[in-house]
Amino acid sequence: MKNLVILGAGTSGTMMANHLVHKLPKENWNISIIDQYRTHYYQPGFLFLPFDIYKPSQVKKKGEKFIPKGVRYIQKRIERIVPETNQVLLEDETEVVYDILIIATGTKIAPEEIEGMKGPEWYQSIFDFYTFEGALALRDKLRDWEGGKLVVHITEMPIKCPVAPLEFAFLADSYFKHKGMRDKVEITYVTPLGGAFTKPKATEALHYLLEEKNIKEVTDFNIERVDYESKRIIDYADVEVPYDLLVTVPTNMGDSLIERSGLGDDLNFVPTHKATLQTKQHENIFAIGDATNLPASKAGSVAHFEAEILTENILRYIKGEPLKEEFDGHANCFIETGNGKALLIDFNYTHEPVEGTFPLPGIGPLKLLKESRANHMGKMAFRWIYWNMLIKGIHIPFVSATMSEKGKNFEKVKEVSS
Amino acid sequence: MKKIIANTEIEVNEEGYLTDFNQWNKAIGESLAQEHGIDMTDRHWEVIDYIHDKYQNEEPLSIRGIKKSGVLDIKEFYSLFPGGPLKKATLIAGIPKPKSCI
Repeated sequence: MKNLVILGAGTSGTMMANHLVHKLPKENWNISIIDQYRTHYYQPGFLFLPFDIYKPSQVKKKGEKFIPKGVRYIQKRIERIVPETNQVLLEDETEVVYDILIIATGTKIAPEEIEGMKGPEWYQSIFDFYTFEGALALRDKLRDWEGGKLVVHITEMPIKCPVAPLEFAFLADSYFKHKGMRDKVEITYVTPLGGAFTKPKATEALHYLLEEKNIKEVTDFNIERVDYESKRIIDYADVEVPYDLLVTVPTNMGDSLIERSGLGDDLNFVPTHKATLQTKQHENIFAIGDATNLPASKAGSVAHFEAEILTENILRYIKGEPLKEEFDGHANCFIETGNGKALLIDFNYTHEPVEGTFPLPGIGPLKLLKESRANHMGKMAFRWIYWNMLIKGIHIPFVSATMSEKGKNFEKVKEVSS
Repeated sequence: MKKIIANTEIEVNEEGYLTDFNQWNKAIGESLAQEHGIDMTDRHWEVIDYIHDKYQNEEPLSIRGIKKSGVLDIKEFYSLFPGGPLKKATLIAGIPKPKSCI
């Protein structure tokens, strides 16, 4: 018998377990999945918790429910991966031997990386919303906050979902309008990048949203420290931004397991071939989702497309065939813009998001890079799709793992850049 | 769009970044720097070398990376490329500026 071991039972790991259980012959292969945590979170839902749009029960379920029969589910802390002997060491000093390993240990926030961030004001006047705990603490804070300077801030790239902070700012505008206190809140968006939007088509199509919602932009801000006493964030060029409520996306890092195993880069992400998802150091170790160092978004949407290609490559690897260099960085995301509307974007490593229709060329029904109520309904429906289709590995009709160029206005981009 | 710099025709985007790194050479980097009020020194070129290295390995550029690079500290990075050092250094290096998904 051979062993395929998956580390991490989040979005990527659970999807891989569900794909592979149907593909690997049971008589030859054991599949195991290891994760110390018992809860599976719908992470895109964290964005909605602070605004009381989702209830906590809508974004968490028992992980066990999604691990298919025939897969061994080990709920223990992973101590270390030992690639030399193809072993995974667990907390109780037991070992799991693998023939093929899939690393799906994800990304964590690391607020301790910035001086003053995770100090006495953490979850008092400084919050994150990329964790269940952070999003809930922020919800409680917002319920009776009387207004002031709200600063929405990104510490450094890469982060799990690069557009979530922008969505947070848009939803905050809506939230305070509905509460009748928008005039008491000043919203500032602070980014280390050159703008809230960084790609030419998106900037042209969407910059009006910031003006319409009266959101101020501070760009090229590389935070050095948080002065939590005087409530200011300070960057390396000594630019200061004062806040009353700081909602930050702290540094994102891969799991410390990766560091302990000596398999990561500076940020504990696993160097991985971007088209095949095989790791660069070991040919029987693959990596998926936000655990990798791929130059793509670290969102579940990307992991979803990666899972289909990785499944095929694992089968090829077993047969000794060359791996398919197929992953193109495809991502497809709904972006909330507030007031019951949303945008939809579809892009990959080489193509920036453009206008057009999705998923059917020329028909839609969803429009790309344009605000609409239909896109918002899509985002809301996606929670159901996630729990019932996506992590169970059921293919979503009309949506392919690699990006389709049909029904999209790429000509416009060429005009802009020529 | 096309642009003539250091007696060479290059292709740049609307923000002045090269769209094809193969067109880059040191003279072009030097001229782009001058357009932004920067006189290149050996120290500047060490930073550009580091940036090219990261770019070729497809590793994202960040201020943290600079801090850990061992090439220079962040204060010096700001003093060499004042006002948005990553933005300016990538432009001079002939590679795209750091971007998000949209």
